[in-house]
Amino acid sequence: MQELIELLSYDFFRKALLAAVLASISCGIIGTYIVSRRIVFISGGITHSSFGGIGLAFFLGLNPLLGAVVFAIFSGLGIQYFVQKADVREDSSIAIWWSLGMAMGVIFIFLTPGYTPNLMSYLFGNILTVTNTELWMMLSLNVVVLLFFFFFYRIVLYIAFDEEFAKASGVPVELFNYLLITLIALTVVLNIRVVGIILILSMLTIPQATANIFTKDFKMLIVLSTVFAFIGTTSGLLISYFANIPSGATIIFTLVIIFAGMRLINYLR
Amino acid sequence: MKPIVDIQNVSLAYDKELVLEKVNLQVFNRDFIGMVGPNGGGKTTLLKAILGLLKPLEGSIKFGEELQHKSIGYLPQVKHIDKKFPITVFDVIRSGSMMKKQSLRKSGDEIRKAEVLLEEMGITAIKDKAIGELSGGQMQRVFLCRALISDPSLLILDEPDTFVDNRFEGELYEKLKQLNKQMAIIVVSHDIGTISAYVKTIACVNRHLHYHPSNKISNEQLEAYNCPIQIISHGKIPHTVLKSHTH
Repeated sequence: MQELIELLSYDFFRKALLAAVLASISCGIIGTYIVSRRIVFISGGITHSSFGGIGLAFFLGLNPLLGAVVFAIFSGLGIQYFVQKADVREDSSIAIWWSLGMAMGVIFIFLTPGYTPNLMSYLFGNILTVTNTELWMMLSLNVVVLLFFFFFYRIVLYIAFDEEFAKASGVPVELFNYLLITLIALTVVLNIRVVGIILILSMLTIPQATANIFTKDFKMLIVLSTVFAFIGTTSGLLISYFANIPSGATIIFTLVIIFAGMRLINYLR
Repeated sequence: MKPIVDIQNVSLAYDKELVLEKVNLQVFNRDFIGMVGPNGGGKTTLLKAILGLLKPLEGSIKFGEELQHKSIGYLPQVKHIDKKFPITVFDVIRSGSMMKKQSLRKSGDEIRKAEVLLEEMGITAIKDKAIGELSGGQMQRVFLCRALISDPSLLILDEPDTFVDNRFEGELYEKLKQLNKQMAIIVVSHDIGTISAYVKTIACVNRHLHYHPSNKISNEQLEAYNCPIQIISHGKIPHTVLKSHTH
């Protein structure tokens, strides 16, 4: 307990905790949409291709997160474009963008002269080194996502449930699909700091799977996912600190343990 | 009398393959059309064209005044619904009025209307259940409520009798007969034996559309329309068997 209070007096730890809260909210909401609509792998493609943007930004000397956002949105739209216009199968289209982004990231970072950035922190995240700027960006994202779902909750739910019916009812489905892809891209990229590119998919799916044990209602799924994400990220953060192991991987591990534990409790009830 | 839907010379293709060719159909107020035809014959495609989901290659689909504000109730094939989706029965029904500009703008009215429909359909008890926990008959009732919440002047149902038992099938068509007093209905079914007791006219769709202005149709007529469905009756429950489809 003493140690915990001491830990809270450290600026870096308070920031990490704040990052965990912010990540839980945006991932809780966006993850529920992704899981319900079964677009987990599209989201995986978007996430991994953002690495290309990070590489390019380093090469050009720009902000890496900016590069990641641009690549993430571009690949999200690109995956859909390939499917709709170029007659490519959806899973193949995802794989193409997924690996193209990763390949470009590696090439550009290799070509970047002099200082080579710490790739590991982008691939696996490091919540303990999150900066003020990044926290502000995460906070802005949370405001945008919360406002979007506050105003368009029902439309998003109906499109996700039955896109064709929504279209027949006159909802501008295409527009909403593009807006939601953009929100997914932003959520993924701005939460890279917490668990990294390779592991972010789990922040968007494991809390939802845990919440799904207890509820089959979209709104409750959002709330419970956020709660489970928060419990997982904060306890994972503490464990990683005291055990002195990497934070991103520990957070994911904790999320899975919670999922397994809840399944067991539910099974025994 | 002016038709509420006027389909003129509509041709439609999927992936460059022609599914419908020069189709004509006029739907009037209080029509009750049974749509039959072989799988892949273009029934669903035609419905989707009426709903504005598919664009015809040629021809036109015009709507009468009643449908200018687009109040078409739609019950899609259940097989395209994701049964694991986290949504409650009540939310599914409410989704039927998502963009309606008429009286349902206030969510209070929408909620009341949904409750009345649940009551009428006898499914108030399952209001808060998740969609995946329902039986086939309950699911069809829920989707019928969703189609009706917008007070449509045209109701389109795509195979509402799949995954349901005979008892529900009878109830469903009795319900549709009641609804037909207030709205036009188009229903797609494989079970021509059952629907012919309820519908007023029959449309056979197999790339072309043949309109049969009565609910009595024989195997010979179906053959002549190139709509090879065989009507078999045994006992009181009429049955149909789909014959292999010839061109």
